[in-house]
Amino acid sequence: MLRFILFRLLHAIPLLIAVIFVVLLMLQLIPGDPVQAMVGDFPVSPEFRAAITKQYHLDASFPVRVYSYFVNLLHGDFGYSYQFQRPVLDLIVETAPRTILLTSVGFLIAIPVGVLIGIISGTTRNKRVDHFWTSLALVAYGIPIFWLGQLLVLVLAVHLGWFPTQGMGPLVSHAHGFAWLRERAHYLALPALAFAVHEGTRFARIMRASVADTLGQGYIITARAKGLTRWAIIRKHVLRNSCLPLISVAGYVLGSALGGAVLLETVFTWPGLGLLLVQAVRMRDNMTVVGIAIFAALAVIVINLVVDLLYAAIDPRIRGSS
Amino acid sequence: MSAASVESAPLLSVRNLKVHLRVGEAIVRAVDGIDLSIEQGESIGIVGESGSGKSTLARAILKLLPNVELAACEGEVNFRGLDLAGISDPALRDLRRHHGFAMIFQDPLGYLNPTKRVGAQVAEAIGGKSFGSIGDRVQQLLAEAGLPSPAQIARRFPHELSGGMRQRVMISIALASEPALLFADEPTTALDATLQLQVLETLRRLHRDRQMAMAIISHDLGVVAELCNRVYVMRDGKVLESGDTVEVFESPKHPYAAQLIELSTRHRRHAAPVGSKAVP
Repeated sequence: MLRFILFRLLHAIPLLIAVIFVVLLMLQLIPGDPVQAMVGDFPVSPEFRAAITKQYHLDASFPVRVYSYFVNLLHGDFGYSYQFQRPVLDLIVETAPRTILLTSVGFLIAIPVGVLIGIISGTTRNKRVDHFWTSLALVAYGIPIFWLGQLLVLVLAVHLGWFPTQGMGPLVSHAHGFAWLRERAHYLALPALAFAVHEGTRFARIMRASVADTLGQGYIITARAKGLTRWAIIRKHVLRNSCLPLISVAGYVLGSALGGAVLLETVFTWPGLGLLLVQAVRMRDNMTVVGIAIFAALAVIVINLVVDLLYAAIDPRIRGSS
Repeated sequence: MSAASVESAPLLSVRNLKVHLRVGEAIVRAVDGIDLSIEQGESIGIVGESGSGKSTLARAILKLLPNVELAACEGEVNFRGLDLAGISDPALRDLRRHHGFAMIFQDPLGYLNPTKRVGAQVAEAIGGKSFGSIGDRVQQLLAEAGLPSPAQIARRFPHELSGGMRQRVMISIALASEPALLFADEPTTALDATLQLQVLETLRRLHRDRQMAMAIISHDLGVVAELCNRVYVMRDGKVLESGDTVEVFESPKHPYAAQLIELSTRHRRHAAPVGSKAVP
């Protein structure tokens, strides 16, 4: 198992290099003066231009610049954001945990809810219970997440005043310990709920299909012939075998959300990677965009590794072949 | 079970059983009015070409049909004096767990849970208290089904076993409830010739040692001839002919039965010799 993990991590290195290369290539293809883009709408002095050109080897050919970017990366230098006046790495280290907090809380709500609804409707297929949950899940999943977010803000925050409308915490906070946690949870509730509703219904649909599929398998008939109760069959035979499709979809969802839940964070002004990305793109802060892209790629790679490990843990047939 | 009344009655009696399946818009009469009976400790065969309704018949009797595809299921099924048509779920589960009936299937790979160790799959079929631990009982059952080194096999997953071993695991699962009646649906079809003989030998031994009634469903008349005292010949959901195996096979009354037997023996003559002793 350890060898498998090491092997996969080694595999991740060329993948990461390829991602960085493609992002740099895309930035290369964007028209415009990179020095001007860096400072924004200000006049650029020749000395500054010369310094920047020298620092980032802008006069060098594209391969040389890619090479120097990688050399900088290896020294832990993700470049400097002139718009935020801070090193890109600092920005990412500060914002990434917020995105991780939001998506993981939303995810931890979405998974059990989705699995539960999926099992209920998958095991009562084409009955009224199933129709109810299937339609509900379809409607909820069909609502765009930004609109759902705004709806939640309007009803629960603006009208009822139960939750704050945006942000991650009060400007000035003196709370510590448990009170601090409660304060955070208050701000986290709505965006996490929006995420959970959207992704939970997606998970429910996946789970329903795979539960129904599992119920059609021969070993379910064997289990019935053994005289197991309906609940024992679901628990011992259906659940585990129905999880595989859910895990790959959930991994995809979590991986892409960790790279910045752009819409969600924009609606709730949650100051995570998604919001940072929007700001960076708007201000043509290329170094930050590349930095976030690297982080997003890293998140997807790590989650994929976890997905593969879970697959192997759940299905012994996969364990044998790898 | 009250001995006096049951002894004379058959273990299983089926009267006018009809199973109509919904296939898209159409309705297929998979089982169309079948009468059948099995005595205590008896061994019967049900033969017929594929699609004749053999498997559906077995599953309808043992109440293993999926509800969604059913258009109709009627008739009388009596097991040890119990009416199976109107039986409650707990009573049915009790029959399956303790000394009632069990079934083994044609495709043991599909009918074993791929993500569970086979020992655990046998263990959950064991009904009630047994001597010693469940683990000992599992090994005992695996050994009884003819598996060597059962302790090791119990820790394996289905895909790590050969086809013959998987079918033996299925047999262990079926034996776990110590059934009075075992339905075997094409038990050897998925196996190659040598393994077929070994598995048949195991079934014969269990039938003899346990005094267990058996119903062997097969399109292979040779299998039925080896194991069964009585045979039912089926086609299109109906029983065309039934009676003593030797009598039916030697002098079939129905032209279809004659044709089936003729084809089967011709096929056997062309096939590799099957009678040779199995390599263990």
